[in-house]
Amino acid sequence: MGFESQIAQDQADQPHSLVLRFPAGQPLVLDSGAVLAPLTIAYQAYGLLNAERSNAVLICHALTGDQHVANAHPITGKPGWWETMVGPGKPIDTNRFYVLCANVLGGCMGTTGPASLDPATGRPYATDLPLVTIRDMVRAQAMLVDALGIETLFCVAGGSMGGMQVLEWASSFPHRVFAAMPLATATKHSAQNIAFNEVGRQAVMADPGWHGGRYREAGTRPDKGLGVARMAAHITYLSEPALQRKFGRKLQDRAAPTFSFDADFQIESYLRHQGSSFVERFDANSYLYLTRAMDYFDLAADHGGVLARAFLGTKTRFCVMSFTSDWLFPTADSRQIVHALNAAAASVSFVEIESDKGHDAFLLHEPEMLATARGFLESAARARGIA
Amino acid sequence: MSAADARARSADVRVDFRLIAEMVAPGSRVLDVGCSDGALLALLTDARNVDARGIELSREGVAQAVARGLAVIQGDADTDLDDYPDDAFDYVILSQTLQATRNPRRVLEQMLRIGQRAIVSFPNFGHWRMRMQVFFGGRMPVTENLPFNWWDTPNIHFCTIRDFLALVDLIGARMERAEALDDAGKPITLNLPWWAWNIIGQQGLFLLSRRD
Repeated sequence: MGFESQIAQDQADQPHSLVLRFPAGQPLVLDSGAVLAPLTIAYQAYGLLNAERSNAVLICHALTGDQHVANAHPITGKPGWWETMVGPGKPIDTNRFYVLCANVLGGCMGTTGPASLDPATGRPYATDLPLVTIRDMVRAQAMLVDALGIETLFCVAGGSMGGMQVLEWASSFPHRVFAAMPLATATKHSAQNIAFNEVGRQAVMADPGWHGGRYREAGTRPDKGLGVARMAAHITYLSEPALQRKFGRKLQDRAAPTFSFDADFQIESYLRHQGSSFVERFDANSYLYLTRAMDYFDLAADHGGVLARAFLGTKTRFCVMSFTSDWLFPTADSRQIVHALNAAAASVSFVEIESDKGHDAFLLHEPEMLATARGFLESAARARGIA
Repeated sequence: MSAADARARSADVRVDFRLIAEMVAPGSRVLDVGCSDGALLALLTDARNVDARGIELSREGVAQAVARGLAVIQGDADTDLDDYPDDAFDYVILSQTLQATRNPRRVLEQMLRIGQRAIVSFPNFGHWRMRMQVFFGGRMPVTENLPFNWWDTPNIHFCTIRDFLALVDLIGARMERAEALDDAGKPITLNLPWWAWNIIGQQGLFLLSRRD
């Protein structure tokens, strides 16, 4: 295990962020029926909570994100993953709002997940951790919000798996969500989405270093498997035109193909780099749990098959956005959300942003997305009476 | 007159918007179908304190409307009104959009299903200028307000004021108020028969309700 991977393990045990530990007497009952205790939630907070406690914004992170929204990452040193959206003077303005982001349940950056130590055995949970759902993640976040003494969140925002949590928040706790901003997301995974996730999981589990999930005790790590999973997934986050524009058939530091299986093409080299850097900061078992949680999510199924029932009577104002070149969560998925919200007579804004950057566009500098978010939050803040 | 009323009546506000704002009761729920950049919704929010929603086909329009804080979705009058429950709104507005819908009758019926009242404005194809261009020029009319050639116009279902009246009858709606606007966009206050309005009115503006 390299130096960096030791740091990654340390993040699961002793994260470089705020931590809230719930004692065994405050368990989290999971959708599966299993009971999880004690529970740890690692989170980051930016800005100040106002006296009325009305300006809290909860950010929900995506599959491979974490709580480090707007600060340098403790392992990679890179900027926070959503600094286009969150920070001083940004649409989610930390000078104005109290911004929270918690590592999700099942994650590997300090919140209870498969890499955490199971107090019952003293070993990592690994695959002994009960499966968690998007709703379980949201319940855990609600425990954090409760503990911080916040009754109603001004806004819950996030993209992709984060957007699923936003929708679940609005559905499970409508009175606690003043505004909701689900981006590049869906109320359920398509067969194709499940298929890609399954490829990723099988790649991890096929790696001999996985050891049935007990790699930490075996002193190994399924880096190859997780790397391949990341490579396959990364393709789904981009778009064909963007790949073509950036890489085309360009060769990597060579004038001609080498007649070998070396990374001749730039796109190969790029994906290999994506894979190898990912494994230094992410836990393979977490990847299994979180992709499973996304696959299981089906908001309509939780409401008798009628999506509109998930939002009946809601007073929350919604801002839904999709991206033209996103084929992982295409615009049709967002339209389903909008149709359901209209059927529930909810206040909803929806715009499809023109971008060729694929699914990842929600993380990037997309001026139209940022302007829309700013306008939405501005008017919501006026309605909420936030200075 | 309140400051908001003054704004609603100021010179830079389109006359038809001002008339629509007069028709809308304060504090009501309003859906503007084909709301463009949200100018009318912004006026209604400001001057009438309404709960404003919008639907707009163009991406740029939606982005501008949402960025100014309005609840607007990207969508289509022909298909997306179906989603809303009965009586979701007090007023459903279709301003200068009827002629661009694929199925105007269905759109109008949907408006009166999801709203208590419908406000519809449209360019009158029976206006004398239109008649002149067809009669003397023998060509489809192209005017300042309708600057498109027949082969690239988004306006696929033109009608005259009298055509519209016939449709209102056909779907069994009640007409609560009717205005014809002249070349300058001002309401024609003369008490004239429909056939005269149909010649001098450049736009028709109607407040409809269900005949329950």
